[in-house]
Amino acid sequence: MDTAARRTVVRDSLGVAIATGTYGLSFGAVGVASGLDVAQTCALSLLMFTGASQFALAGVLGSGGTPVAGALTALLLGTRNTLYGLRLAPLLGYRGWRRFTTAHLLIDESTAMAVTRPTRELSRTGFLTTGATIFVLWNLTTLAGAVAGEQLGDPRDLGLDAAVGAAFLALLWPRLTTPLTRLVAGLAALVAAGAVTVTPAGVPVLVAAGVAVLVGALTARSGDPEPDEEVPT
Amino acid sequence: MIWWAVLGAGVGCYLLKLAGMSVPARVLSNPVVSRIADLIPVALLAALVTVQVLAAPQGRALVLDARAAALGVAVLLLLARAPFLVVVFGSAAFAALLRLF
Repeated sequence: MDTAARRTVVRDSLGVAIATGTYGLSFGAVGVASGLDVAQTCALSLLMFTGASQFALAGVLGSGGTPVAGALTALLLGTRNTLYGLRLAPLLGYRGWRRFTTAHLLIDESTAMAVTRPTRELSRTGFLTTGATIFVLWNLTTLAGAVAGEQLGDPRDLGLDAAVGAAFLALLWPRLTTPLTRLVAGLAALVAAGAVTVTPAGVPVLVAAGVAVLVGALTARSGDPEPDEEVPT
Repeated sequence: MIWWAVLGAGVGCYLLKLAGMSVPARVLSNPVVSRIADLIPVALLAALVTVQVLAAPQGRALVLDARAAALGVAVLLLLARAPFLVVVFGSAAFAALLRLF
């Protein structure tokens, strides 16, 4: 195999992984600010290991939603990893027990660093380097952020309640590249704002998922092919 | 109850990943399914931003407070291509400062 190509993939993957892995610091802080304890916050990073879903579970609980609403929101956000898996499975070609272990590393960034590679070897290199490095860093920084967050006192005094909205916006931002995604984001925001006034906490976010179903069904039928979704990095 | 949500959603999210690695790719060939699946994260994240920033801490109402101002700072930081951590902690620091005065 071309070692220069391999070295480039490893270097790019480590760059993305180190930048992303440190977000765990903000998740740890937000987790305890939302009312999870340190163990629960760390368990999410170990078991769930997909940032947007983790922030969603913490955010829904923090704003007074039920655990069930939080779990449902996290699972709905987790469905995009299923799509990444569908796209990556033929590229990576993992079988048997390897599929069970590598599946846990399937996230936005590991997908982005694997899909564009010309060979299976390089796809695997990008996927494993990115996924494993982020997993280690993400869990260490989650613990650090959670412990620090707990020592620092009232999360409101630190503005950590405002940090949650900023985190969701930063996760959403790279997806707002087409008129269709901007339309869906705008409509979902309006629907959620309206639902806040009439439904219990946690429900407005789930209601807004209906916007995606509606707009998706209507526009897919009209037959204009959307260019392949950019995988966010 | 929170532990059940943490464990249940954690295992569920792993199974969603495993399903993607395991089911035949032709599931995605249905254009309606693939379009909706692409749009769901967009709708959910936009709704989460709205609820986190505008929902009153107590009760079913919308309020404009330091959180909305902090989101404005987040937008500016994102437009300036600031890294994720700078966006998150920058807007938190702005909200904290606003509340001091």
